[in-house]
Amino acid sequence: MNALTLWFHKTGSPPTFYRIAGALAPWCFGLGLLLGLAALYGGLLLAPRDYQQGDAYRIIFIHVPCAWMSLFAYFFMAANAFIALVWRIKLSEILAMASAPIGAAFTFITLVTGSLWGKPMWGTWWTWDARLTSELVLLFIYLGILGLYNAIEDRRQAARAAAFLALVGVVNLPIVHFSVNWWNTLHQGQTVRLMGPSKMDGAMLWPLLLMALATHLWFFGSLLARTRVGLLELDGGKEWVRSIALAEGARGNG
Amino acid sequence: MAEFFSMGGYAGYIWPSYAVFFIVLAIDALAPRAQRKRVLAEIRGRLQRRKPGNPA
Amino acid sequence: MKPGSLPAACAALMRRDLTLVWRRRGDALNPILFALIVVALFPLGVGPEPEQLRRMSAGVIFVAILLAGLLALDTLFRSDYEDGSLEQLVLSRHPLSLLLGCRIAVHWLTTALPLIIVAPLLGELLHLADAVRWVMVCALLLSTPLLSLLGAVCVALTVGMHRSGMLLALLVLPLYVPVLIFGAGACNAAQMGLPYAAPLLWLGAALVMALVVAPLACAAALRISLS
Repeated sequence: MNALTLWFHKTGSPPTFYRIAGALAPWCFGLGLLLGLAALYGGLLLAPRDYQQGDAYRIIFIHVPCAWMSLFAYFFMAANAFIALVWRIKLSEILAMASAPIGAAFTFITLVTGSLWGKPMWGTWWTWDARLTSELVLLFIYLGILGLYNAIEDRRQAARAAAFLALVGVVNLPIVHFSVNWWNTLHQGQTVRLMGPSKMDGAMLWPLLLMALATHLWFFGSLLARTRVGLLELDGGKEWVRSIALAEGARGNG
Repeated sequence: MAEFFSMGGYAGYIWPSYAVFFIVLAIDALAPRAQRKRVLAEIRGRLQRRKPGNPA
Repeated sequence: MKPGSLPAACAALMRRDLTLVWRRRGDALNPILFALIVVALFPLGVGPEPEQLRRMSAGVIFVAILLAGLLALDTLFRSDYEDGSLEQLVLSRHPLSLLLGCRIAVHWLTTALPLIIVAPLLGELLHLADAVRWVMVCALLLSTPLLSLLGAVCVALTVGMHRSGMLLALLVLPLYVPVLIFGAGACNAAQMGLPYAAPLLWLGAALVMALVVAPLACAAALRISLS
């Protein structure tokens, strides 16, 4: 077995990953919080007013990163779901199921902040255009996956069923992303590009991108924390979990 | 200061948005802790029940 | 047909399903009754004014048929799961996806086709325009098999769960939304005198793809739930 394979199997082993995740998660949270606050300082205090939307546009600094995260979380979940179904890797099952609630949270924030932004700008709390509808459908897909995962008794079978559902729902992802191109929508088109110049002022762009980075870090922090719990659940009968459970109990009583 | 908080009249939309953002993400970060406590307590319970002399 | 061959197996399965439905043919009326009730409630809820009803008639009928179909989906696997024949079906040496395709076809014939036949009648209750009636039937002929196929995949995931109704509705909703948008969209376009071929063609394309992919997905989902 070569070094890479050995590293791969070691890292995927539950006690090792538990330890690594435990060390990494606080850093992700801490750094995410720091960068997020820096981004908010840039967005709320430094960035100038928009000539059209006034101060209301400042919702963009949370709305857009959360929208990006709602799609990224689903993509991450679907990738792990695929690995879990094809190669039956336990860690992938747990990673996929752990990303679902976080993705749902980001989708919820996107919808609520979008609604709060739409009211002063478009005059309505909601409209049934392509992007909003597909994002709402994305929330339903997340809730369906969580519902299915929680409805089945056996954790591994539940993860496999929910992973299958996640893959079925992946068709919604390009629909959400390209909806503003494919249909006439009330929602704004693409402003920030991955390749090529973005149509946004520099002073507004950097807080947005910094917040995007911060939310990614928060996602991974939360993911690692949830994965740790998932590993404890999965390996509940094993020695390494038992010793942790008893140590925690002794700490609680002593 | 007051001008900052009023956000050009849009305060009623901006501050609730930021509040939702912080609250939901805080809940998302804290939820695993409660889950972990529950799972470990369950495992301890199962171990207790398996001890000889304890109800199965 | 050689006994034990694949065509014989499919024929036997379809014959069995049709016989079982025939024995409880009263139950087959339930989806129609449900759709009728839903459609009847709308004039009571929004007022009987013909113009207003006409504007939403096609959409309401579509939703009513969609919901009736959702209720009927439960019968696809439930009785076979409860008496163990579903596991026998999964274990058979014939390709499961093909057998499931036959089952879904019979299910559509016995639950959705009666609804489509009744749809023009429901249209009369809501003052549906004549020009729209046949577009609606066409759209229903294309969308209901799609709904059955997509629904079957989700039912396969929740097979054997007690009180899975709400969860099933949550699972199928994201898949049903595009079908509803295109189906009702075609009818509404016809109502406004606009060209309606495009949504119907989209439905047709989706149906063709689902005919191939959905039975395979349903078989995989069933294997996961029964494992």
